[in-house]
Amino acid sequence: MPEMIPADSVGLVTAQTMRFDDPLQLECGRVLAEYALIYETYGELNAQGSNAVLICHALSSDHHAAGYHSMDDNKPGWWDTCIGPGKPIDTRHFYVVCLNNLGGCKGSSGPATMNPETGKPYGPDFPVVTVKDWVNSQRRLAEALGIEQWAAVIGGSLGGMQVLQWSIEYPDRIRHAVVIAAAPKLSAQNIAFNEVARQAILADPEFHQGRYYEHDTQPRQGLMLARMLGHITYLSDDSMRAKFGRELREGKLNFGFDVEFQVESYLRYQGRAFVEHFDANTYLLMTKALDYFDPASQCGDSLSLAMKQVTASFLVVSFTSDWRFAPSRSLEIVKALLDNNKKVSYGEIEASQGHDAFLMPIPRYMELFSAYMARVVEEVR
Amino acid sequence: MSAAQLRADLAIISEWIEPGSSVLDLGCGDGALLACLQDNRQVSGYGLEIDSENIARCVAAGVNVIQTDLDAGLSEFDDSSFDYVVMAHTLQAVSYPERLLQEMLRVGREGIVTFPNFGHWLNRLGLAFGGRMPVSRTLPQAWYDTPNIHLCTLADFELLCEKNGIAILQRTVVDYAHRASFIAGLAPNLLGEIALYRFQRL
Repeated sequence: MPEMIPADSVGLVTAQTMRFDDPLQLECGRVLAEYALIYETYGELNAQGSNAVLICHALSSDHHAAGYHSMDDNKPGWWDTCIGPGKPIDTRHFYVVCLNNLGGCKGSSGPATMNPETGKPYGPDFPVVTVKDWVNSQRRLAEALGIEQWAAVIGGSLGGMQVLQWSIEYPDRIRHAVVIAAAPKLSAQNIAFNEVARQAILADPEFHQGRYYEHDTQPRQGLMLARMLGHITYLSDDSMRAKFGRELREGKLNFGFDVEFQVESYLRYQGRAFVEHFDANTYLLMTKALDYFDPASQCGDSLSLAMKQVTASFLVVSFTSDWRFAPSRSLEIVKALLDNNKKVSYGEIEASQGHDAFLMPIPRYMELFSAYMARVVEEVR
Repeated sequence: MSAAQLRADLAIISEWIEPGSSVLDLGCGDGALLACLQDNRQVSGYGLEIDSENIARCVAAGVNVIQTDLDAGLSEFDDSSFDYVVMAHTLQAVSYPERLLQEMLRVGREGIVTFPNFGHWLNRLGLAFGGRMPVSRTLPQAWYDTPNIHLCTLADFELLCEKNGIAILQRTVVDYAHRASFIAGLAPNLLGEIALYRFQRL
């Protein structure tokens, strides 16, 4: 609980919901006749509408990127380290928008929301949405908010993929693209991890072909396993060693299968906590969106070709210990931009925290991010 | 940034670069050269730099910068992508200077390098009479604690160019304060402290 709101926080925030009834054509061929998007905004849109920044969230996060919902919150939004007065995405200058993507479970239309055709939760009937679909829905939200062009679209991990898609799909609607700890497509290893996570959920007897809401249950065990697995890929070998080593919870071996090592305890805790606030069907959808993302596939597998029409300036950032989306993956994006003589800067931040580093206030990272955004502010003025 | 605010060797280089051209700056530091060229000569391009602090400085200066280790080569860049490839005070600090020179002229039409001249008379005196590796204004670190691992003289550099089929288009020597002098021009390999070269493929 924040006893008092820190001075560099956006403070207390309230989410809003926008309903859309113009049908959205999806990449899978299906159409969403109506849908809702929940979002938060921080800062003020200027008179010219030129200072808007879109934050794209990653696999398991949501629209609550910064600030607190109430004084009872024990922690702020997921990217509070980077959004707020005096922070890299400075809310004294920018109007920041962050939404929960379609298929999510935090208030935007998703598997757990009511299907108007059946009067029951969509469950497995919610269409498989892609990064492209998300960007299209984000564009509609932008229009509804009176934003013709984003000063910047920013995201880490799966969020970075949305940024990439924005720059390709709507080059005239984005001036700056900040792509952090991302990749232009998943590797076979990435997909393999996602598949194990999905199998964990699908194999849970409580899954009921995705209609677990109707059985008043949820595949807790499966979702927990999926999260535990995912969590390992967000950390680095070094950071796990530093945090847990081989430390034992009770100081001795018990020769059994209960929690003995601290790392086991930590993973189980993370898994259990996740199940309390996340939906298994959403997890399935989000991992599929990750797997499918591959903008180069439309252009003979040439990312350079796919990025030919890009007009945005780019900041690409990677972290040395990130093995989920290693620096070499970010360099693929950089190379495609260089091939096209696009404006791009690239920083490889020395960090031990693995993929999760993109959420952390690492001084060199904050310095680079702030320096870039300060240039964006100058253009907005 | 104006050319007058630039370090003197960079100011000389900026004079060598045609307005409106494209430049790749290897070891671009805080991006001062590219910032100046962008502002005053409508030049476009990228800087390559290894140091994180400098990356943020370049970004703050509005310079496109890619964090990379020059020892890994320039494989991110296609053949003939730039009018000029510049490397100021960096040649002596890389692991493979010969390979990098070849790479410079693969991705660029012309190359420009500057380096401290090991043949300067003070260095010669230091080694001849002191019997020890010279420590000077341009080479201030001790031999065991220096990034300058591939020192050469003007004659050495020109020999390497010859071996690689590289034609020297322009040569200037300056002193520590980057002043050119008539005297140094008479015996550059003896009197020049810092060498500046512009070159292309034969």
